Amino acid sequence: MNGTNLFKIALRALSNNKMRAFLTMLGIIIGVASVITMLAIGQGSKKSIQAQIAEMGSNMIMIHPGADMRGGVRQDPSAMQTLKLEDFYNIRDEGKYISAVSPSVNSSGQLIYGANNAPSTIYGVSQDYLTIRQLSVEDGEMFTDQDIQTSAKVCIVGKTVVDNLFPNGGDPIGKVIRFNSIPFRIIGVLKSKGYNSMGMDQDDVILAPYTTIMKRILAVTYLQGINCSAITEDMTDQAIEDITSILRRNHKLKEDATDDFTIRSQQELSSMMNSTTDLMTILLACIAGISLVVGGIGIMNIMYVSVTERTREIGLRMSVGARSIDILSQFLIEAILISVTGGIIGVIIGVGASFIVKYVAHWPIFIQSWSVMLSFVVCTVTGIFFGWYPAKKAAALDPIEAIRYE
Amino acid sequence: MSKAIIELKNIKRNFKVGDEIVHALRGVSFTIHEGEFVTIMGTSGSGKSTLLNLLGCLDTPTSGEYFLDGVSVRTMGKNERARLRNHKIGFVFQSYNLLAKTTAVENVELPLMYNARISAAERKEHAINALIAVGLGDRLMHKSNQMSGGQMQRVAIARALVNDPAVILADEATGNLDTRTSFEILVLFQKLHAEGRTIIFVTHNPEIAQYSSRNIVLRDGQIKEDKVNENILSAAEALAALPVPIED
Repeated sequence: MNGTNLFKIALRALSNNKMRAFLTMLGIIIGVASVITMLAIGQGSKKSIQAQIAEMGSNMIMIHPGADMRGGVRQDPSAMQTLKLEDFYNIRDEGKYISAVSPSVNSSGQLIYGANNAPSTIYGVSQDYLTIRQLSVEDGEMFTDQDIQTSAKVCIVGKTVVDNLFPNGGDPIGKVIRFNSIPFRIIGVLKSKGYNSMGMDQDDVILAPYTTIMKRILAVTYLQGINCSAITEDMTDQAIEDITSILRRNHKLKEDATDDFTIRSQQELSSMMNSTTDLMTILLACIAGISLVVGGIGIMNIMYVSVTERTREIGLRMSVGARSIDILSQFLIEAILISVTGGIIGVIIGVGASFIVKYVAHWPIFIQSWSVMLSFVVCTVTGIFFGWYPAKKAAALDPIEAIRYE
Repeated sequence: MSKAIIELKNIKRNFKVGDEIVHALRGVSFTIHEGEFVTIMGTSGSGKSTLLNLLGCLDTPTSGEYFLDGVSVRTMGKNERARLRNHKIGFVFQSYNLLAKTTAVENVELPLMYNARISAAERKEHAINALIAVGLGDRLMHKSNQMSGGQMQRVAIARALVNDPAVILADEATGNLDTRTSFEILVLFQKLHAEGRTIIFVTHNPEIAQYSSRNIVLRDGQIKEDKVNENILSAAEALAALPVPIED
């Protein structure tokens, strides 16, 4: 018996029973497509939840001077002068796991514009601060490197500040306000962020170049803090270690000396992120598992029934000279053709359906190659197995029994 | 004397049904020569189906010797018997057993599909010739579900002929057909007989024995009667004598 003939036999059997072949294939198509779509929606939700948590600043790292003892008296961190601009430059240039870094110096005072005034805090930062705190400039623009070098008296203000100083409306861009007695020109307005989880108004903020605050307002050479973003939330711990070694080297600390700074990360957020991610992963595994089982059982049934109803045909083929191996090969070829074709169509439909969900229902979707592979492999293998197994049973029958099978 | 196609020597076949042993065949011996048209008759339970399965190499005897065209079948394995069926035997079943929704030509080609030595072109040629021989030259591309019972049985006979078998085994081949169509099929079998083919026709209908050259009657697993028919009736004449069906 040669392979070409067997292939031809299988093809003929399929093409003469297009409806049966199509229905069998449909089981596999639905199985594959539903698994891919479910996983795409699940993955998309997982990603979007992760992104929302990350937006809260789960990868944020804050460095403050601290842990300094003088004659047994723990000092107020803000009075300490251990963090220098040099530290900032080194972290910026040498830090390996950091995507953004900004110095932080701030001063509280009264803001005045015309007849209106309000208390607020001005933050001296670099441009990276926007990235770190997930802020964005809505109107106008951020200050530039040039502004930092020249300690320009420019600022970006939050919504609350605008409301306080410009109660009658009017474009704040280009207006000059005074902080204490120093004039600042407004060059941008931040997009509103609302209140944070602690009830603090995140819009009551003024950002200015850190050089301006250090030289013109505080007249200091040290920093009150440095804020960084780790590249990803997972890298926070590595980033902290990295920063620690840079700072210990800069501060010439001996092996046994304690750090003269403290580094804090958003551990609550990151543990929340981890537990959410774990939960979503379990959820996804359940979705995938159930979809695969449902798809698999559907495929199993339809293949099993379709082969069982062909027992007489198998008997006939054996009576005209087909060996058991010929019967098995034929059904295996048929099952492979149906399953692989169905699998490919299923992948196309599954991906298509995911995009329909994305563009019509506006749900976040994310198709991962492993989910496509997984559903394709599981469904095709199920299809092939349950095409092969009943055929094996039928081929083992006596031809007499098979041909009289009702 | 022409060559012996089938030689049975004291064939016994036992089946185990639960704890009991059923003796379906209790020592059957006969020889069928080339060119004979033998009917094997018997009531149900006489062992004729068992005998047919043994003759068709679908089953092997418990004891005894069976030579088909000079080859001993008893010791053969499953695959060798499949090959033997493919080369030496043509089956015609009561319920036709055509492949569904498949053209006459493809149905007839089926046995040759399992014979790797025959090319696609030869296969098609043989199939067409076999269909012409059974009078279906004008229905080559009709599908099995577009044909009448008589036509389907003709396709089945063509399928039995296509591998040029040593013997054609028919199992109640007219059992599902009306009288007229049954005679048409018998005419065909007589024509094949006249062409020198060896035919074994298993039936419970005693009428059919009149149209064959030899009749073997089985009862309780043994041969009750084995008689050469001196006066073979012509199925064609019987067909002509039938009342003409009323056309509507």
